[in-house]
Amino acid sequence: MEMIMLFFVFVMAAFLGFELIAKVPSQLHTPLMSGTNAISGITIVGALAVCAIQATGTLGMILAFVAIVFATINVVGGYMVTDRMLGMFKKKGK
Amino acid sequence: MTTMILAQETAAAVPATVINLAYIVSCVLFIFGIKRLGKTETARSGNFLSALGMLIAVIAVFFDADVMKSWNTQDWMQNGYLWCFGGIALGAVIGAVWAKKVKMTGMPELVALFNGFGGLASLLVAWSEFVKLGPDGAPVSHALTADNAVSEVSLYLTILIGAITFTGSVLAWGKLSEKISGRPFLFAGQQVVNALIVLVALGAMVVYLFPGLVPAGDPATVQTVALYTGIVVSLIMGITVVLPIGGGDMPVVISLLNSLSGLAAAMAGFVINNNVLVVAGCLVGASGVILTVIMCKAMNRSIGNLLFSGFGAADSGSSKKAGTGAEPKAVSVEDAYLVLEAARSVVFIPGYGMAVAQAQHVVKELAAKLEENGAEVNFAIHPVAGRMPGHMNVLLAEADVPYEQLKTMDEINPLMPMQDVAIVIGANDVVNPAAATDKSSPIYGMPIIKANEARTVFVLKRGKGKGFSGIENELFTLQNTRMIYGDAKATISALSGEFGKE
Repeated sequence: MEMIMLFFVFVMAAFLGFELIAKVPSQLHTPLMSGTNAISGITIVGALAVCAIQATGTLGMILAFVAIVFATINVVGGYMVTDRMLGMFKKKGK
Repeated sequence: MTTMILAQETAAAVPATVINLAYIVSCVLFIFGIKRLGKTETARSGNFLSALGMLIAVIAVFFDADVMKSWNTQDWMQNGYLWCFGGIALGAVIGAVWAKKVKMTGMPELVALFNGFGGLASLLVAWSEFVKLGPDGAPVSHALTADNAVSEVSLYLTILIGAITFTGSVLAWGKLSEKISGRPFLFAGQQVVNALIVLVALGAMVVYLFPGLVPAGDPATVQTVALYTGIVVSLIMGITVVLPIGGGDMPVVISLLNSLSGLAAAMAGFVINNNVLVVAGCLVGASGVILTVIMCKAMNRSIGNLLFSGFGAADSGSSKKAGTGAEPKAVSVEDAYLVLEAARSVVFIPGYGMAVAQAQHVVKELAAKLEENGAEVNFAIHPVAGRMPGHMNVLLAEADVPYEQLKTMDEINPLMPMQDVAIVIGANDVVNPAAATDKSSPIYGMPIIKANEARTVFVLKRGKGKGFSGIENELFTLQNTRMIYGDAKATISALSGEFGKE
């Protein structure tokens, strides 16, 4: 049942995603891409959960640790670089 | 000891419902964030909201009842929290330094690389889940049951998609930063090799799910072998998919990989049964698909056509005749200045060449001088100019060009016949009239910026060779076109220098 709920959520999110992005002006494509790229680092939450829950497995722990490092680079770097880019978009006369 | 007791008390105080409510809050923030990212005025706050959503999700997972048990582990080697904070600290420092240091011209490759890291992280989450040991220290069984069917399928898919995203993005990063050749790479029998790889990946999936199909060996070992085969094959698949794609097609590839990294995260959500991963990953996946479609439309190509035929590599011989024997006419900077000085309207058409020459700042300078001189200045941006979606917009924004001056292809094309001068800076295919007229041209049907309709066209070009795609450009030989050869940055500086002389 829980899996069905997750799948339901997945399908709804897909439609929502399509609707949200459909009318973005082309000049925002890069920030949009790097911004959503940072969001895909959400896998960090999975990495943290897996790492902490690992009961005794050393290999699992190492894999999860590396996952956390890379996901954090993705998240932190992605948001900062997007912010840097968006900070440069200016209106005339400012 | 005090922390331990404290943690246990808090664990009891934060039920799963509260954690899930926190996840809902982060999902809402992601959705609002993406929505606000779609408008120039609100984009920055949108990015901030989505970052806030991420922070909430990360904090929430630490209060998860299962995760909190980790505090009680005496042995530091197995204290999950220690590893978690260590990993976050390390990743945050690397990511922050990288984001601060990167030059704007290096943005496409950085986005590609970060994207690859996201894919790798999802792959590792699934792998870690596979080798997880139960509380008794024995490996957790991955034998297929009615209850775990979805998560087992997702586990394999996470690994497949994550691995393709990882190696594909790293290869794209290499091509974009010119660490390896950006030219399409084709070899005989490529299609056969690709088909074989896909077959092996799918075969390994079937064996992973139904280890009973292999009579010899115990099911757990068979599953392990199948999964590791899957990892290796998927890593190779990422390479073989991106290898034949040329630099000019990179905007499409980056959007596609972006979508895949989101999908990998969503799949990982199914593996560990976490809704925030599913929602956020799926939002990214969907948005990436849309961007990919926009990019494909801008090139008049289908995704299949793009992935399975090396652009320009096979076709470069066919349209040579378009040259009609006419030679492009060159013009000196001084003569070009005389035309520009008299111009009432000027439109710049930048391409990847502007990024390579790092010419965005001098272009802005020249634009300012032209405006002082009374001309109306605009910038015409083709959707696939450069190496990632919106690449030119970012570079010109860096040089303080107000975004009102950046016109899309659809806005500028009707105005083109009224323009006195069009200055093409390191762009080629996106202004090639053959795309509209020559049916034999490999880019036939691709929408272009109609530079050829301006009264005078200046084309800034490094040398007399053909552009990236290797396609002859008849714009260069038109009556109203003059070529200015040399480094774009030097040429533009010289032009604005002429304005200073008066």
